[in-house]
Amino acid sequence: MPVQRSDALPIRNASDVVAVRQLVRTRAQEAGFNLVDQTRIVTAASELARNTLDYGGGGRATVQVLTETGRTGLRMLFEDEGPGIPDIELALRDGYTTGHGLGLGLGGARRLMNDLRIESQPGKGTRVDTVRWR
Amino acid sequence: MPPSQTSALAGVLQKDRAGVLQAWMQDQQAGSAARPDLMPASEVQDQASQLLDLLAAAVGSGEGRDGSSWQALRQFLASISTSRAAQGFSPVETAAFVLSVKQPLFTKLQQRAADPGQLPAELWAMTTLIDDLALQTTAVTLEARDRMIARQQEEMLELSTPVVKLWDGILALPMIGTLDSARTQVVMESLLQRIVQTGAEVAIIDITGVPTVDTLVAQHLIKTVTAARLMGADCIISGIRPQIAATIVHLGVDLTNVDTKATLADAFRLALRRTGHALGKSNGSERA
Repeated sequence: MPVQRSDALPIRNASDVVAVRQLVRTRAQEAGFNLVDQTRIVTAASELARNTLDYGGGGRATVQVLTETGRTGLRMLFEDEGPGIPDIELALRDGYTTGHGLGLGLGGARRLMNDLRIESQPGKGTRVDTVRWR
Repeated sequence: MPPSQTSALAGVLQKDRAGVLQAWMQDQQAGSAARPDLMPASEVQDQASQLLDLLAAAVGSGEGRDGSSWQALRQFLASISTSRAAQGFSPVETAAFVLSVKQPLFTKLQQRAADPGQLPAELWAMTTLIDDLALQTTAVTLEARDRMIARQQEEMLELSTPVVKLWDGILALPMIGTLDSARTQVVMESLLQRIVQTGAEVAIIDITGVPTVDTLVAQHLIKTVTAARLMGADCIISGIRPQIAATIVHLGVDLTNVDTKATLADAFRLALRRTGHALGKSNGSERA
């Protein structure tokens, strides 16, 4: 998949989450996503970036615009070196949270995007890789 | 700084003041620091002349950097960087104005050098001194900007919570911008407080100005609605745009227990009905 454009942002505090949202919105607009899709992608970015901050103790986000035979996609990568997720299936379940949230963020983000993969090693960190195609 | 190294500079400032000022003004007009659109040349000359006087007094006083003559110089630098910032000069342009005195001073020091062996030390002393002064103008500008940012942040915190009364017993809270947790806390508290103060029966929370509604924002909304209900007030959430509606459904957030409307007008109509008011059109003839 040829990468057209790639940007990385740190996630260290709440205003970095806002910066990630703004970057994702700009890239989604440039990639030609319609308003509903833009909102879906930005919302997913907001959930995942906040997870990186709240549960991963901060990390970084990479936003890429991809092109593949006739279609355009937006890929987002969230990486942290936090405690990791012991049970990914459980973490994806709606209503399950180890914090004080609604427990819908991770599962919601998966429904908002086309493809969402989580790699996590307890004690080493978490990597969430997700794409939405236009 | 040893006095021996700036004594040459003091001499130049005393004897060649007019020459330095003239050369400085010529460089100014030729250089990029000149902004005749922002400040007339006469005013620039005025500032330059005052700066030279204060610099001569400070260098000639033989006082340490804490002396009163240096303080007067620093105060003047602070005042010109503030006034220049207000006039539209960038911090770089203000610093460049101060730095551009180096060239004429350099030339004069060279012309007047009694001992060529001393010249490098004298030039170095002059350069570090002027650099220091230019840095001070930048520091003042940055301080002023920091203060402005802090003030704006405070203002925004207040601006973000305008609870307005739409009708007897009906309040509206138009939310704008990013709902990070600190601000949302303030918003929630001020709405609850106004419900108590006014005895309102219905509160409308309008989220037209909120660009992203994720699970955290949704959670804040649900908490506010629940708290208002405990106090005996009904909440209506309005301003749910199509894309936000679609996203909330995908996220799986359950808002079925909350009254929601697409527009503030719809929410207001519902609120009027709930409070027993009826809307009707008057006859055209009664209109003024």
